[in-house]
Amino acid sequence: MTKKIILAASMAATLMIALPAVADGDYRAKAIAAFNKDFQPRGQASIDRLAEDGLQMICNRTGNKPPEYIAKRMEADQLADVKYPADGKLLGDWQAGEKLAQSGRGFTWSDQPGLPVGGNCYNCHRISPNETSFGTIGPTLYQFGKLRGNAPDIQKYVYSKIYNAKAHNLCSEMPRFGRVGALGEKQIKDLVALLLDPASPVNK
Amino acid sequence: MKQNFIGALCALAVMGGAFAQTPKKPAAKPAAKTAPAPAAEEKDAATLEFEKFRAEMEESNPAELFEMKGEEQWKTKRGPKNVSLAESCDLGQGVGKVEGAYVKMPRYFADADAVMDAERRIVWCMVEKQGFKFDEIAAKPFANANFTPDITNLVTYVAGHSRNMKIAVPLKDPKVREAYETGKAMAAYRAGPYDFSCNTCHGSDGKRIRMQNLPNLGTAAGAMKGVQGWPGYRMTGGVMLTHQWRMGDCFRQQRFPQPKYASDAIAYLLTYMIGNANGQVYKGPGIKR
Repeated sequence: MTKKIILAASMAATLMIALPAVADGDYRAKAIAAFNKDFQPRGQASIDRLAEDGLQMICNRTGNKPPEYIAKRMEADQLADVKYPADGKLLGDWQAGEKLAQSGRGFTWSDQPGLPVGGNCYNCHRISPNETSFGTIGPTLYQFGKLRGNAPDIQKYVYSKIYNAKAHNLCSEMPRFGRVGALGEKQIKDLVALLLDPASPVNK
Repeated sequence: MKQNFIGALCALAVMGGAFAQTPKKPAAKPAAKTAPAPAAEEKDAATLEFEKFRAEMEESNPAELFEMKGEEQWKTKRGPKNVSLAESCDLGQGVGKVEGAYVKMPRYFADADAVMDAERRIVWCMVEKQGFKFDEIAAKPFANANFTPDITNLVTYVAGHSRNMKIAVPLKDPKVREAYETGKAMAAYRAGPYDFSCNTCHGSDGKRIRMQNLPNLGTAAGAMKGVQGWPGYRMTGGVMLTHQWRMGDCFRQQRFPQPKYASDAIAYLLTYMIGNANGQVYKGPGIKR
């Protein structure tokens, strides 16, 4: 763990020397100062949420386009951090997954802390053809399993992608649902099933 | 006129309720197998219904009620110093002048040594000229179902006097430019549990959350969509809300802590957004879903 932090920090240092930052450093510093001065905690949204972690800093400093050699090493770190179910079973209940995919609740200052949080999936993705209200920030996932099958390696990929999207694309817009504790093992398995179970409407 | 207006308000109340209950999806579901992804600009039934309604409402916009209250409050001697804003408050166009002031803010005010958006400037005048306490205004800055703060009426009044005028944020002023660039950097800053920045949702064209189109605030057309209609009468809950409120609600959904009311941070972000909309026509206080 400490090693990873050191790695991220040393990469950040390398990056600062090696590359002209995309955002003008002066304005970036002013922006961070403004966040720190002018934001206040409310509900569960504590003030420490304003601080970047190593990954966020790399993405922020490079305009979400880190150099490949840094992206690959940090993605590998994120992937190594994924915790898979002990029994090795990754396909849960697609119906529970559909319900979870519908909900966008959780983590805002107006949400109850500890409330089971939603998967937020339909906010950004097309998934089941039965749901016509879907967002377009992420790619369509309709027929995800039909096109790729559901062999163990695909299951593992989908599980790890939901657990930590940054393990596969360092500056992905998608949250790291498992890593930040938003979704637990059961919830992620259910979402894997929504995408991969041949019985799921996604694959009909 | 008055009867029409009351009738319209009743209709609004009904519509507000209807919208609160209607799920954000079209009524008709297309056949499962052939449903194509809707084009980014395709409008769902609720949006079309709302736009039709908004067009019908143009003659008796409920925002006008708040403008009228705001006008009275602007012209009345108030506060511990018993002074009116009309005789003391300079919005950048001269003391008491409201014509065109809203579309020329945020701007730099030397007397406050700060870049201020319209709402922040009026609060500053209420505190400095009339003697109101900032903390008391900031304790309840936005309207709810039972309460509309004076500042909301005042902002709506001032905004109403920029109706059909072009946005003209003075970006050539170095202080305003600095606020703009800082706001731009803030919009790109990812943090929090979900790694979101403003730009996650508002940094590229043609994106949606569910059926809600997301304007790209980095473009002139997108920025104008973020400016248009604020302050606005929001049918969900039937309340008059300001641009400052809308900024805070974005940060709520970004899973960030709360921006402080009338702060530098919000002024920077508004300078970036409204500055990007320069040259486009502001239609005045509006109606929001």
